[in-house]
Formats: sequence, structure tokens, C-alpha cells
Amino acid sequence: MTADRAPSPAGEPSAASTREIRRETMLINMGPQHPSTHGVLRLLLELDGETVLSCTPIVGYLHTGIEKNTEYRTWQQGVTFVTRADYLSPFFNEVGYCLAVEKLLGIEAPPRAQVLRVLFCEMNRIASHLVWLATSGLELGAVSVMLYGFRERERILDIFEAATGLRMNHAYVRIGGVVMDLPDDGLDSIGDFLQTMPGRIDEYESLLTQNPIWIQRNLGVGRLSAKDALAVGVTGPTLRAAGPARDVRRDEPYSGYETYDFDVVTSDGADCYARYLVRIGEMRQSLRIVQQCVERLREPGPVMVEDPKVRWPAHLEVGPDGIGNSPRYITHIMEESMEALIHHFKMVTEGVSVPPGEVYVPVESPRGELGFYVVSDGGNRPYRVKMRDPSFVNLQATPQMVEGGLVADVIAVIASIDPVLGGVDR
Amino acid sequence: MNAAGIADRVRMSYPEVVVSREEASVSVGRDELLAALGSFRDDPGLRLDFLSSVTATDRPGVDPRFWVVYELSSTELHHRLRVKVGVSDEDPRVPSATGLFPTADWHERETYDFFGVVFDGHPELRRILLPDDWEGWPLRKTEELGGVNTRFHGAFIPPVDRRTS
Amino acid sequence: MPVERLEGFQTDRTAEEGEEEFKRGLLLTTLDKAVGWARKQSMWPVTFGLACCAIEMMATGAGDYDLSRWGMELFRASPRQADLMIVAGRVSQKMAPVLRTVYDQMPEPKWVISMGVCASAGGMFTNYAVVQGVDTIVPVDIYVPGCPPKPEMLMYGILRLHEKVRKEPAT
Repeated sequence: MTADRAPSPAGEPSAASTREIRRETMLINMGPQHPSTHGVLRLLLELDGETVLSCTPIVGYLHTGIEKNTEYRTWQQGVTFVTRADYLSPFFNEVGYCLAVEKLLGIEAPPRAQVLRVLFCEMNRIASHLVWLATSGLELGAVSVMLYGFRERERILDIFEAATGLRMNHAYVRIGGVVMDLPDDGLDSIGDFLQTMPGRIDEYESLLTQNPIWIQRNLGVGRLSAKDALAVGVTGPTLRAAGPARDVRRDEPYSGYETYDFDVVTSDGADCYARYLVRIGEMRQSLRIVQQCVERLREPGPVMVEDPKVRWPAHLEVGPDGIGNSPRYITHIMEESMEALIHHFKMVTEGVSVPPGEVYVPVESPRGELGFYVVSDGGNRPYRVKMRDPSFVNLQATPQMVEGGLVADVIAVIASIDPVLGGVDR
Repeated sequence: MNAAGIADRVRMSYPEVVVSREEASVSVGRDELLAALGSFRDDPGLRLDFLSSVTATDRPGVDPRFWVVYELSSTELHHRLRVKVGVSDEDPRVPSATGLFPTADWHERETYDFFGVVFDGHPELRRILLPDDWEGWPLRKTEELGGVNTRFHGAFIPPVDRRTS
Repeated sequence: MPVERLEGFQTDRTAEEGEEEFKRGLLLTTLDKAVGWARKQSMWPVTFGLACCAIEMMATGAGDYDLSRWGMELFRASPRQADLMIVAGRVSQKMAPVLRTVYDQMPEPKWVISMGVCASAGGMFTNYAVVQGVDTIVPVDIYVPGCPPKPEMLMYGILRLHEKVRKEPAT
């Protein structure tokens, strides 16, 4: 009898049985219905005790067929489809799509429309980062951050609702500009928001940045070096937290971003804590940009191109039951001018005819580079609309960040990538 | 470099370059695809080291039917190039770019999922967004938009243009 | 089917209720009322947020439109501890079996609110990928339309469900 097989004294596990217990790994399924995976993400984790040996993300539980659906609708209707892909940053989806179609048409939105686009995009960036902060805090145990984040977000959504009629998925940015100007008290309410928000961000920082529990859960967790990140195609705050200052607003400016004064926030830590710092910094920079937009909006101007073959024919106004065509416009098309009625009808049903070609337009969404590859065959329907969603590509880096760590760190890593599964699955 | 400059540089090795709407696109053959991608990455004047997206377009009735499109960009020089490969309906196979750009992994799986284009050399080519047992390649123009069994209670909802109510 | 008469949210007895009570005897009706009241008073939803409607559902649970006024701020992650499923968002074909499994794992009594047009009828996505209405998969009690419905709309739907549950007989 070898020493391995010798019967052990009572109460002590033998060497053989301890070795066997350690060899067994567990295959655990996390999701798709899970409170902490930021949506319907499924992770297959192979665990050895608490250590993650391998992680396989499985996506597709929110696949909506948006890309195919745009091929069956007019160009203008594409905005409403595309805006629901990455539902936490609807303005970015709309702006990217409209920029791509405008590039195909060879037109540019008027300057005031471009300023409005930048204004709403940056406020959307703040709102998206607030949801990230709220849900990350909730998942890591800081429940009060959830309530604070959503409280601030409600202020932003009030401004969105007053300007566009909807809290989310606005369809406000259209081909050729934006569909409506700000309401009369719009600039004042944005000004009030700009007064209170920096103090609120200071509140979040005082709650979390030096908090030992937050630091212990995030510092050193989920490391992704810059080289690995670029190889896997990661963009956005996840990349900027590793060093490279890669931001589409700086590298390939659109919509007048080269004329605004803002910093690209980076960090060197390459872990979850660095990503937290980068996003807090980005919120502050977005406030700077919003301040500059408010200054530029003091002078009036058109918000939609004049070309009648492209411009959205409506004239919208806030009425007793929400936003709709203004009574003056309805009188005009119904009673005064038959040509205007026919034109309105044709523009709404047939839409714009876009000359054939293909373009790729990137915008900087809160999660990274959001790209639109749009192909036109000359008709009034898109031929192919492909969205290069940043969360789709960022999630590819999950196994690298998670393997070798603990199971509880998987939550922290997913939270720090900030994926939105609507964009991943489209 | 602007699009015309990129086009001139690329035209020396790959003559089918088009510049349209300030964007440069080059069409390469299937067999020279990996060499082309590698040369664009290593060329000191181009330095196209970041692959943004891989996708495909379907043109039924035209040969080649599928155009697989690679969007390359440069982290240092901030310019872009589009690389296109045409594959026919009978043999929709393209070499996989995962050796050069690891990010192509999920992009190629999505293109396979939507169009049925097979990427040779991909480590694990299987469906990503649709259920694993789905039949058909939905984004092909020959496939319908809707009208799919909802898999429960035998409920069938016809596509929009054929509904009566 | 008797028509419900609700003046605002006053919960005095309607004529039909009085008749019911007389028929079933006083003791059982008191038990019915007590059980109905208890069921609606702290209904715990299971986290089934899928897409954009999930964000509005979270906003309804957050500070501004507080759901804990009705005892519902506690979203249970495990379906075995929940009695309400708010299907918030578009249900794709891949997610449909998961939805049915989670519904089956919930113990009786259970209710389903279909939040948003995507869950109620497929929404704007009449295509291959989205299930055209979750009522093809699970029985739905309340449909809340909207894209996404404002938190006030979801709260109205929840309160109507509470009224419905309060009136259900216990057996």
C-alpha cells in the first residue's frame, strides 16, 4: 500500500480525496436573466472554486433585426429604428445615421442644427454615464448611488421631454438638421441644470472616489492593457482608461466638434477604477461643451436645411396633447395650398431619394466608436445599414479581463465596460 | 493623408481604388485579401492598424453576389480606408482576418450569421446573434422580413404587407 | 361579464361586489378581501428588464416615481421569490424560451404585466427576430402601451393590476 492509499486517521481528509476535490471545476451559467449583467447578457463561466478559469459571453438575446428592418422603410423612418438600438444613447444613433445619409446626399445641416445636435449629444452622454454610475453602484452594493444617478437623470430627461416630446428614443435628429427648435424656456432650464450638476458630480466623487470599499472592488480589477485593447478593437472609456487618447471627436471631428474647447480624459490604470475616473471626467467635460453650446444658441437661426427635396416638411409645436404639427401648418396644407399638401404627402410616404454610394461615418458614443456603414442604391429606401456598435466589440474583451480573477470581479468588469445589449444585439 | 493621397498610395499595389465622398475604397481579390490587409497595416505611410468593422452587402442576381467590407483606420494618422472583397453565391468563402486583427472574431461571426459567408481559418465560426438552430441567413435580400412562427401555441403572424387588419 | 365601475380609485363596494358577498357568505368574503388586500399590498416584481422599457422601469423604481409607495421597490432577482413579472422590452426569438422558463419558475399566484408595445404586440419590429406579443408565450394580465411608456403610465398599469388582484377571489 502506498502512502497515497493509506487509510487516513478519522477526521482528516486523505491526500487522494483532497486532490480529487480540487480537480473538479464548475460550469455556471450567468444570465440572460440576471440583475447584474446590464441587460440580457449570458456568460458561461468555468469556475474552480471562486476563480474564473474561462468565460464565454453569449449574446443575441435582444436581437431585433433593426438592420434588416431599415431596408424596408424610407430613409427618414430609418431614424426611428436606429435610435432604439443603443437605447441609452439614442441621440448618438440618430446623429450617426443622419450624418451618414447627409454625406451620401452631399449636404450639411445648418450651423444651429449642428450646435443643437452637439448639445443634445453631450447631455445624452451625461445621462448615459449617470445610468452607468447608478447601475454599477447598485451592482457593487452602493445602492444610494442608484437613486442619486436616476435623480439627476430625471432632470436631463425633463429637458429632453420639453424639447423633443419624449424621454427616450426621440427621433429628434432628422436628415438635414433637427426637427424642432428649443422651446422658449429651453436655454433657461439648461442653464439651471448647468448650475446644479457640477455640485452633484462632486457629491458622487465624495461618496465613491476615496471610498475604501469602492477602491478595493475596482482597483486592480479587470486589467486590459492598451495593446490588448487596440488588438481586440476596444474603444471609448475602456480604451482611454489604459492610456491612448483616442476619441472620434478629436481625431475625426464631425458636427463642429473641432471648434469646441474640451479635453479628452485619459488615465493610466487600465482597470475598473481608472474607467470610473475617466467617465466621471467625461461628465465634467460634457458640461463644458454644453456651456459652450448654450452660448452659441443665443442667436436664432434655421434648424433644418431649406432644400424642399430633403427637409422634413412638418412644422412641429407643443400643443395641449404633446408635440404635433402646429395648427398654422395644418391650416396651410389643408386649406391654403394644394401643392404643399401634395409635397407633404410625398415627402412623408416616399421620402428622400439618396444618390447611390456607400459611406462610413463614426461618432463618439458614450461607449466608444459608433460607426454607420450605409449603402444606397439610388432609391428612397436604404440598401444596407450596418451599425458598428461599440458595446459589441468591447464585450469581446471580457474573457481577457475576467479570466484568472474571482467571480465577484466579473460583475465589476461587466459594469466597467458599460455594455448596452440593445446595441450589441441590434 | 486625405482620401486622394491614400488612393494614390494604395493604387500602386492594388489598382481598383475608388474615391467617392472623400472616402477611399479598394477592391481586392479573395486570395490577396490577407496580404493586402497586412501591407496596409505595415506600410509606414498608411499605418492602418485598427479594424473598425467587418460586414457584407448582398446583391442578388449580380456576380459577385456578396461584398465583404472591411473598415480600416489608423490610430496615429487618423485616416480611413475601406477594403472590399467580392465573393460569389456558389462559393461564399473568405479567409479570416482574425490572424491579423483579433477584433475580427465577432464581426466575422455576425457576418456569417446574417449572410452565410464562411470565413476560413476562423477559430470558432458559429452563429452569434440568432438562435443556434436558426435556419436561413436573414439579411440576404432573398429572405423575408417577417412572418415567422413564434414557436409557442402555434401562433403565426404574417408579415406586415400581407396582414388583413 | 360585469363592467367594473371605478370612480377614480375609490374602493367602495360596487353593486356587483355586494351581490357576490351575499352569495358567498360573510366569512369567506372577509377572507377574500383580506387575501386580496395582502396580495396587492406588496407585490414583488422579478427583474425582467430587456431593453429601453427596462430603463423606464428602473426610473419608476427610483426616487422620482417611487414604486416603494406600493411596496414594490424590491425587485427580486430570483423568480422563485417573486409574484409579478413585468416584461419590459422587446422579446427576441432567442429569449422566448428563457421567458417561459422564468414564468414557470414563479410560484402561484403570479401575474404578468406586458410593458411597452414591443412586449404587447411586437411594437415597430414586425420582423423575423421579435416575438409579436408575449401573450403568445405567457398569459398577460395588463398591457401597458408606449414606446417606452412614461413611468406614470407604468404606475397606472400597476395600480389597475392591484385593483384587479384585490378583487380576485382567494380560492
